[in-house]
Amino acid sequence: MIAEFGLAALWFAAALAFLQLLAGALALTGRGEGLGAVIRPVAVVQGVLALVAFGALLTLFAETDLSVKLVAENSHSAKPMLYKIAGAWGNHEGSMLLWVTVMGLAGGFVALVEKRLPEPTMQATLAGQAFVSLGFYAFLLFASNPFDRLSPVPAEGNGLNPLLQDPGLAFHPPTLYLGYVGLSIAFSFAIGALVTREVGPAFARAMRPWVLGAWIFLTLGITAGSYWAYYELGWGGWWFWDPVENASLMPWLAATALLHSAGVLAARNALRAWTVMLGVVAFSMSMVGTFLVRSGILTSVHAFAVDPKRGTFILALLAIYIGGALTLFAIRAATVTEGERFAVTSRESALVFNNVMLTGSLGIILMGTLYPLVTEAFGEKVSVGPPYFNPVTAIFVVPMLIVLAIGPLLRWRRDNVKRIAPMLAIPAVLAVLALGAAIVLAPGRVLPIIGLALAPAIAAASVLPLRGRKLRQVKLPLWGMVLAHLGVAMALFGMASDSAFTTEKLVAVRVGDVTPVGPWSIRVAAVEPIAGPNWTALEAEMQASYEGSAPVVLRPQARTFWAPPQNTAESALHTRWNGQLYTVLGDQAADGRWQLRLWWKPFVPMIWLGGVLIALGGLLALLGRVASDVRRLVVRDRIAFRRERQGR
Amino acid sequence: MSAIKAKHQRLILVLIALVALIGAALLAIYALRNQASYFYLPADIAAKPPEPGRAIRLGGMVEGGSLRTDADGVTIHFIVGDGKNRVPVTFKGIVPDLFKEGSGVVAEGKMSPDKTFVADNLLAKHDEKYVPREMKDMTEAQARAAVKETR
Repeated sequence: MIAEFGLAALWFAAALAFLQLLAGALALTGRGEGLGAVIRPVAVVQGVLALVAFGALLTLFAETDLSVKLVAENSHSAKPMLYKIAGAWGNHEGSMLLWVTVMGLAGGFVALVEKRLPEPTMQATLAGQAFVSLGFYAFLLFASNPFDRLSPVPAEGNGLNPLLQDPGLAFHPPTLYLGYVGLSIAFSFAIGALVTREVGPAFARAMRPWVLGAWIFLTLGITAGSYWAYYELGWGGWWFWDPVENASLMPWLAATALLHSAGVLAARNALRAWTVMLGVVAFSMSMVGTFLVRSGILTSVHAFAVDPKRGTFILALLAIYIGGALTLFAIRAATVTEGERFAVTSRESALVFNNVMLTGSLGIILMGTLYPLVTEAFGEKVSVGPPYFNPVTAIFVVPMLIVLAIGPLLRWRRDNVKRIAPMLAIPAVLAVLALGAAIVLAPGRVLPIIGLALAPAIAAASVLPLRGRKLRQVKLPLWGMVLAHLGVAMALFGMASDSAFTTEKLVAVRVGDVTPVGPWSIRVAAVEPIAGPNWTALEAEMQASYEGSAPVVLRPQARTFWAPPQNTAESALHTRWNGQLYTVLGDQAADGRWQLRLWWKPFVPMIWLGGVLIALGGLLALLGRVASDVRRLVVRDRIAFRRERQGR
Repeated sequence: MSAIKAKHQRLILVLIALVALIGAALLAIYALRNQASYFYLPADIAAKPPEPGRAIRLGGMVEGGSLRTDADGVTIHFIVGDGKNRVPVTFKGIVPDLFKEGSGVVAEGKMSPDKTFVADNLLAKHDEKYVPREMKDMTEAQARAAVKETR
């Protein structure tokens, strides 16, 4: 019953999305006077119905209703409750339902609260949002129905991939999806503004909070995903340039560029066409990422050709939406009038530079991600990894980081190099000192040396915009920028320190043996079998002592899951202020020795702390913007109220 | 310094963006040519040996009886073959769970000058659902080769 109820809700939501699009189109072409008024309520109800459908799927997973195909294929009655529920979005159909749910809710939320833009622009925006949603509703209903029944009903389900049975990962996809799909709002705003030719500061101010919100979730999602890969895969790495990772990084780069160019448009009424373009590109990257991950094309071009329905469907959606939006942009860009001008030495110029570099790195990552697919189509199999991505990305990111230190100190419109030069003395001195230290400590490692030299300078420069201000009077968005830029410096330091200073040990030891790794000495006290809810494991008890101090105990496991049957290595970590000890238990050799993999990674947690700080900066900026918008609305209402009273 | 002809600002911005993007594309094409790691079967290595030190991937079957472990307990040697051609492989690390003699493997690494393949990473068939990208087609490729020979 619940499955049919969910499916019905989905069909109704799709029908409402169609109505929303139709009403928008008619209202904008002047053929439906009264229709414009229904758009907002329809958008809200559409979002609620999508949420109802998603709730139905969650219920089915929580109850482990095996008569539903999706549940039988991805769940198991013996799974812990958290993973039963997380299993709802740990598969293709469920994640696409989550996608349309977030999209519907975001559209409904915009319809409910966004009051600043002219009504026609809002109608075009909501119609655009409905247009995009409609494609994904069709994809769900015709090519990936999550509510399909199964007959006969199996006795037990297949279970969830054990690698995904991790609390961190349970919340990773929803966070990332809030980011991906939140960008659809920016896309729709861009469409709306192009349709009604209302590209200006008001458009940028309306769009900015949505971009910020999506960007915060993307930042958190990428950070959490990186940490998950780090401790769950047991390889000690935190970024593999895997296409799935790139699929999340590319929208983030576009959204970061969009955030900064929207700032220029809102404050200075410049970069108009460029900001609209980025609004289109950011969500397009979300869709490209979804296509890469969801079509099966990554496993093999041939796998894609074997079951081409879904892949072709998403490819068609991509072509319609991205192609359509770019065509609209091409037609209308010429009519977007030129914005305010600015000098070469100005805040605007620094932000243009940052935008170009972000877009350049986005392009280079996109090409590296797609290249294996292209060559495979021509019969040559290649893979593209760190030897490509690291240096080429650095070519764009390093200059951008240098400008990141300088840009916030520049004034809008026109500034003087001589004015800011004295302020940059401290960062410059720090950079030179750090460079010297890095060359001595990590000789010959070019990228880590650059990172170690830049990180302290960027950290120092990012607090400089606060100089000379009363801290209590500093507005939240400025605090946000300072924190986010500090986070960049922090993450950069963690990355550089990890690749420059990590000590790795790979040994085979007997119980009782002591292994030194960096400042640690690690003794294996015991290896014992233990059992969990749906797995059994061998667990090592390791006593790790830092420079001879009292030992801490770490318990890495080699787990065997039985539904589905699979082995995973559960690493054990110990975090200190100055780094992280990382231990993995491997196989037992024929002579009874245990394989151990041990790392001492100085300052590696700063990578993810930096990511969290960047997101926190975004949150402060968002709060500041929303608060000032609310204040403005209140003032406007009061003025209107007074006028009304005086009028009487 | 700041005396840009006001009229041309937009044109200049467009040009800067174009130059940067074209530069990025050229850089990507150049780097991809040099840095992409190609996939080899043992037969490919025999026919057209890759230059030592270049990152490649090697796929094939772990030959039965070829696996041995060094005294350190973590360095292993084995032979990847396709029935006719054999490539000796060295790997230091913890092997994936489903890595065993007689089953398929994809090794990431490089050839050393002494014709041994030094692997940095091994990918084995993970479970029933997950198979490394290259391995999926490997049997097919081998089948094709076999058909060619019998003709």
